[in-house]
Amino acid sequence: MNHEIEILRLLENNSRLDSAEIAEMLNVDRGEVERIIRKFEDDGVILRYKAIIDWEKAGVEEVYAIIDVRVNLTREKGYDDIAKRIAKFPEVHAVRLVSGDYDFQVVVKGKSLKEISFFIAEKISTIPEVRDTVTHFLLRTYKEEGVILFEDDEDRRLAIVP
Amino acid sequence: MRMMRTGGLQLSRDRLNIRVLELKPSGIRRFFELIIGREDVISLGVGEPDFSVPWRIREEMIYSLEKGITSYTSNYGLMELREAISEYYRKFGVEASHENVFITTGVSEGIDLALRAIINPGEKVLVPEPTYVSYQPLAHLAGADVISLPTDPDFRLSYDDLVKYRGQNIKAIMLNYPNNPTGVSLKKREVEEIADAVNELDCFVISDEIYGELSYNFRHFSMAGLEGMFERTVVLNGFSKGFAMTGMRVGYVIAPEEILDAMVKIHQYSMLCAPVTAQIGALEALKNGDEELERMRSEYMRRRNFFVRRLRDIFDVVMPDGAFYAFPNVSSTGLTGEEFAEKLLLEKDVAVVPGDAFGECGKNYVRCAYAVSMEKLKIAVERMEELVNSI
Repeated sequence: MNHEIEILRLLENNSRLDSAEIAEMLNVDRGEVERIIRKFEDDGVILRYKAIIDWEKAGVEEVYAIIDVRVNLTREKGYDDIAKRIAKFPEVHAVRLVSGDYDFQVVVKGKSLKEISFFIAEKISTIPEVRDTVTHFLLRTYKEEGVILFEDDEDRRLAIVP
Repeated sequence: MRMMRTGGLQLSRDRLNIRVLELKPSGIRRFFELIIGREDVISLGVGEPDFSVPWRIREEMIYSLEKGITSYTSNYGLMELREAISEYYRKFGVEASHENVFITTGVSEGIDLALRAIINPGEKVLVPEPTYVSYQPLAHLAGADVISLPTDPDFRLSYDDLVKYRGQNIKAIMLNYPNNPTGVSLKKREVEEIADAVNELDCFVISDEIYGELSYNFRHFSMAGLEGMFERTVVLNGFSKGFAMTGMRVGYVIAPEEILDAMVKIHQYSMLCAPVTAQIGALEALKNGDEELERMRSEYMRRRNFFVRRLRDIFDVVMPDGAFYAFPNVSSTGLTGEEFAEKLLLEKDVAVVPGDAFGECGKNYVRCAYAVSMEKLKIAVERMEELVNSI
């Protein structure tokens, strides 16, 4: 694997690795690692460093809904225009154009079912190009961003094995 | 010893097999007992992956159990798996038909079978050391006279080292590369050099290539892939290390027909076949396991780079080419490997394996397995450094 891609993969998995550690792991110069990371940051390849949080465990009530959105396209308004309009709401966590029965998958984050329902009714469904929406409230997350959120795989190995 | 009396008759024969009695108890055992009951020990003593069997392999095995696939297989193993292995081993330079492949219950069984199939009582087996702990005892049990060949301090094996044994009637040489405990492996050029010596000695090679997939500096090349060497070589390999399937117990042998038939003769009586569930998992590993293998391999490589660099601030360490071990020389502390390992465990709660477990010439070394998370590795090496500074 080339170093640039490997650095991205390492940071994607653990953004708190510092450049000295990465340099040691990949057996390259620390300055080189810093240069590569800075370039990725400047180019917008690395967008942000975030933590993945199990909010349920933290005891914080977060409500998420996944909304299937079907739209009517016109000469004036294409997918990009509609998506941008939806994406700018701070309540909207993710917007994805998908294949299948509907066009956009929109993830909305709020404090309660009611708040999210009203948000969709007032802000998403009322967009002229939106034909209809189906809302799925999220009940439990088992895996997020490649991280398993349940107990798994404890180390059962013997302490010494030849 | 007091003789037992049965039915009034003295049992005048030896009560146990002399060769078994002659075996030295494992040096690792004592260490194992030292660890029991100690909490928060970071163990670099574990010679197996810290990854579980990749899920898609586990899932395939579970499915096979649901379908009720639980019977014996042929003594040789599943035909589809043998075919997949013969195809797979081309990447290590070996062109073999499935008829030259059979499935064993781990490489451990393969070692035993190979030695028992080849050795007559009193014949000599050459074991370059340090090396995996099983060769010497199993060769001894097979009736061989074992000759240890120390390879320290660079752990390389040369033509000259080997041809010294010309005329001494060596029947077989035990190779293990990448090596447990040193991580040192053989480049194709070195494999060729050893092959030349093997031809001079006119003996067999038992080539344990279990860490072949975990090579970091160059691609693994099998002894059996060299012109004319297939007929002299028993290749042993398996799924334990590369595919993290240790507890499944599934390995294989690639050997010329005559040796393979002899090994299967023993295997059919002593083992019958390798566990069918494990064989199904192994087949899935070869079909769809590449990505997981590469993920684990690159993780080990990063740990090696990190760990060896840090260790080199404290000790002399030969750069491992593969496997997941580093074998530092601890003599700068004035302690033997065993003394150092004991002190490290008792004072710093880090477990390593004393080097003499892998042969007399390893007595000034310890084996550190980096099959633990980077976080633990970091703490372990810091504690080692603290200990060395306090001595």
